[in-house]
Amino acid sequence: MSMILSPHREDASQRGWQYRLHIDVPLLITLVAVSALGLIVLYSAGGGDIELVERQLVRLGIAYTCMLVVAQFPPRLLQRLTPWLFVTGILFLLAVLVGGEASGGAQRWLNLYVVRFQPSEMMKLAVPMMVAWYLADTRLPPNRRQLLAAAILIAVPMLMIARQPDLGTALLIASSGIFVVFLAGLQWRLLAFFSVLVAAAAPLIWHFMRDYQRQRVMTLLNPESDPLGSGYHIIQSKIAIGSGGLFGKGWMNGTQSQLNFLPERSTDFIFAVLGEEFGFFGILLLFAFYTIIVIRGIMISIQAQDTYTRLLAGSVAMTFCVYFIVNTGMVTGVLPVVGLPLPMISYGGTSIVTLMAGFGILMSIQTHRKLLPT
Amino acid sequence: MLGRVHLKDHLFETRLITNRAILLLVAGGLLLSILLVRLLYLQVVSHEHYTTLSEDNRVKLQPLPPNRGLIFDRNGILLAENMPSYRLEITPEQVDDMGATLGALEDIIEIRNTDRSRFEKLLARKPRFEAVPLRFHLNDEEVARFSVNRHRFPGVDITAGLARHYPQGPLAVHALGYVGRIDEKALKVLDSSNYRGTSHVGKNGIEKTYEDLLHGKVGLQQVETTAQGRIIRVLKRTPPVSGSNLYLTIDSHVQKAAEQAFADFSGSAIAMDPNNGDILAFVSKPTYDPNPFVNGIDYDAYAALRNNDKEPLFNRALRGQYPPGSTVKPFMGLAGLETGITSEHSKTYCPGFYMLPGKDRKYRDWKRTGHGTVDLNSAITQSCDVYFYDLAQSMGIDRIHDYLQHFGFGKAAGIDIQGELPGLLPSKEWKRSRRDQPWFPGETIITGIGQGFFLVTPIQLAVATAALANGGQMLKPQIVHAEQEAESDELQPHHPQVLETLTIGEQQHWDMVIHAMTDVVHGARGTARSIGKDSPYMIAGKTGTAQVFGLKEEEKYDADAIAEKLRDHALFIAFAPLDDPKIAVAVIVENGGGGGSVAAPIARTIMDAYLGKPTP
Repeated sequence: MSMILSPHREDASQRGWQYRLHIDVPLLITLVAVSALGLIVLYSAGGGDIELVERQLVRLGIAYTCMLVVAQFPPRLLQRLTPWLFVTGILFLLAVLVGGEASGGAQRWLNLYVVRFQPSEMMKLAVPMMVAWYLADTRLPPNRRQLLAAAILIAVPMLMIARQPDLGTALLIASSGIFVVFLAGLQWRLLAFFSVLVAAAAPLIWHFMRDYQRQRVMTLLNPESDPLGSGYHIIQSKIAIGSGGLFGKGWMNGTQSQLNFLPERSTDFIFAVLGEEFGFFGILLLFAFYTIIVIRGIMISIQAQDTYTRLLAGSVAMTFCVYFIVNTGMVTGVLPVVGLPLPMISYGGTSIVTLMAGFGILMSIQTHRKLLPT
Repeated sequence: MLGRVHLKDHLFETRLITNRAILLLVAGGLLLSILLVRLLYLQVVSHEHYTTLSEDNRVKLQPLPPNRGLIFDRNGILLAENMPSYRLEITPEQVDDMGATLGALEDIIEIRNTDRSRFEKLLARKPRFEAVPLRFHLNDEEVARFSVNRHRFPGVDITAGLARHYPQGPLAVHALGYVGRIDEKALKVLDSSNYRGTSHVGKNGIEKTYEDLLHGKVGLQQVETTAQGRIIRVLKRTPPVSGSNLYLTIDSHVQKAAEQAFADFSGSAIAMDPNNGDILAFVSKPTYDPNPFVNGIDYDAYAALRNNDKEPLFNRALRGQYPPGSTVKPFMGLAGLETGITSEHSKTYCPGFYMLPGKDRKYRDWKRTGHGTVDLNSAITQSCDVYFYDLAQSMGIDRIHDYLQHFGFGKAAGIDIQGELPGLLPSKEWKRSRRDQPWFPGETIITGIGQGFFLVTPIQLAVATAALANGGQMLKPQIVHAEQEAESDELQPHHPQVLETLTIGEQQHWDMVIHAMTDVVHGARGTARSIGKDSPYMIAGKTGTAQVFGLKEEEKYDADAIAEKLRDHALFIAFAPLDDPKIAVAVIVENGGGGGSVAAPIARTIMDAYLGKPTP
């Protein structure tokens, strides 16, 4: 077939154990490095609580296992399962809206008696898979009718999740779908048109936002307006990061973190702990790891052998990129507080399992490629 | 589009996706660079600014309030102390469900509605990470009960502090006063830097007058704290200087005896050492317990005190102004002798009334049948009014005023407690300037027996009596005997102060008056002979009865028929022992009736308590 254009060709002799185990070594090494850095920061953020670190280790263990299991699934199988996964996800979301469990003011959980389960997590993967599945069978770039169909596939789960309300996840899911459409060759003028549309709809979105969400936007614009209320988080995290300087105050020595000035410091605001204790260079190290992960994901996308896997791999990689940029943007005070954790570093959450399952997909795509004749 | 077969152009699609993927990577890189610029701004450009903010967060300057000075009586008995006091605080940030927490707390600790409303007010005002007090003064049992249940209440804590306590309760409350929470009014007057961290301030009495001495000097410490304000370590510390201790001139034993002697009567008694002006007892009855005021008395209890007819909150010793009645007679007699208007042997006939020449109005004597012919001695001993009507008439109001003012009447005695009133010693000048009225001759007559405009405070009366006892020295009454700086063994005494020494024309005149006062107590016809009979020491005294309202010429005073509120005040002044006076006393019993029967026994009890005879 059209053999030619994968950037480099694989040779049977190069294939070793990593292919048999379906592991992408560069990705795995980088992920382990980020996890290790994360545990070090978490130990400090928890005030030296080793139990916290142990619980996180267990969670990481589950997540890595999940990644390796997903990596064993051939992409063909994933592709075949995609519509079922998506439909199941939508049904779960419906169930959540009807009878889900509330926690912290939002209805996100579904109690399946065996496990408490957040269907929105599932949709983080199901949505890009579905859009990729749909577009893979069409001729690219998609025409308007196909775009409309893709838009519906994205908008329905997104709105359902936004209603829970879980704005951060909804935006993340929307962007993962949009990345697929963009990779599929969304025309520039249509992109421009949609951007204008979104900008025009901003007042409407404002109207539908809950009070606390509006408050967060207002806080971003002027955190000092309410220094002890909603602006407190941002002010304290800026102080933590700013006072860290180039080299940081040293591990376990961050006064903002250790003396409890920094709220949510082991979860959503853990980036500020890193910034305070390890400084600008510590952040650079983390960003370097993140960048390697994203670049590796894009490389896998480019090397993939069919449209579905290309679109999906590109979307997974870019969604991860958005994920950490949104969190760090919020902690440094350039984006509103949307309640997304710092991927791989923040304590807790089922999101890490989804995240690693996504990397499992990347590994599957990379290691199930057919040998191409030289 | 139906029916058309789209052939996928794989080469094109691969290129398209690859290009798009690279574009996305570039876009991600751009976003990342924006973030890096932001981080450089925070961590390099504004680094110093944020370091300062972080230090400000971490290091707090914390005031260390000084311990308030203690107050003792002259014998070292504790009157005001600082007791450990526990209060219950809640940090709202750490409490998930405030309503449930309060409800559960109520089961183990009493929370009154006033506590709750104050708590809610503070809750709305303070930041969520700052502890808000819910209850003050937990008792040991409550502390224990909470400690056992502490694990159930995250965010709820007990903190210890010192609170003012008056171990003797109501004893001498009008002299001591009390402390209360600093309110906005007090804040304006106080030195705010020295009162950082201080919650209470003297509200009246000695606690207020000696506030500066008692309070001490605030200390400071630099501490590293958590966001919740929990102190991690102390970086630097300037210790506070405790307030000075005060030793009062009051003798608790005498004070207690005096307060008990009043039983249910309202009134006031001052006992003073005529040698140095020390106030030995400072009584204003009824009394009240100052302890509830320390942390804010609740509304009902305060209303009960306020609306009480007997006005326990009124400081009678300092601010009660009464007609001196017949207690003024020794001073009048001395005035007559020293000004030469009368002499030892000049006599007046008392028919039971006195009339101004050419006028019809009869000024009645308390004894309707009259005392017959009286000289100064018998006029004082039997308290003949007519003699003094005549004397006053002969002297004229201005000469009375000029002489009596040397005894301190009409101006504050100058005791070291704030709020003293001056009483009133009338004169023509006073009436013209204050009332814009001329002086009438009849007003002179009744001034002679301590009625009319004439008003004295119990302190003035005691100081004047002491001056009779010590041969004319007007002493500044003082209630603080000595002060003691914090952590010092040395007492710094307050020295007696002589405000004025009266010029004695002839010693014999003084002797005569004092002799007559001795006869009041020890003479066969003395009005206070009931207290003299069994006295182991000699007393010089004078009874008085002050009319609360005027009787018409022909009306007869009938105590039983008159409402208690309108009954006469009973007065008695005395000093003892006669040959070496150690105590001078002034007693006023409101609506007590007779000076000899009601006021004199109280004075005797006070003198007995001080001079060593145990009270029965």
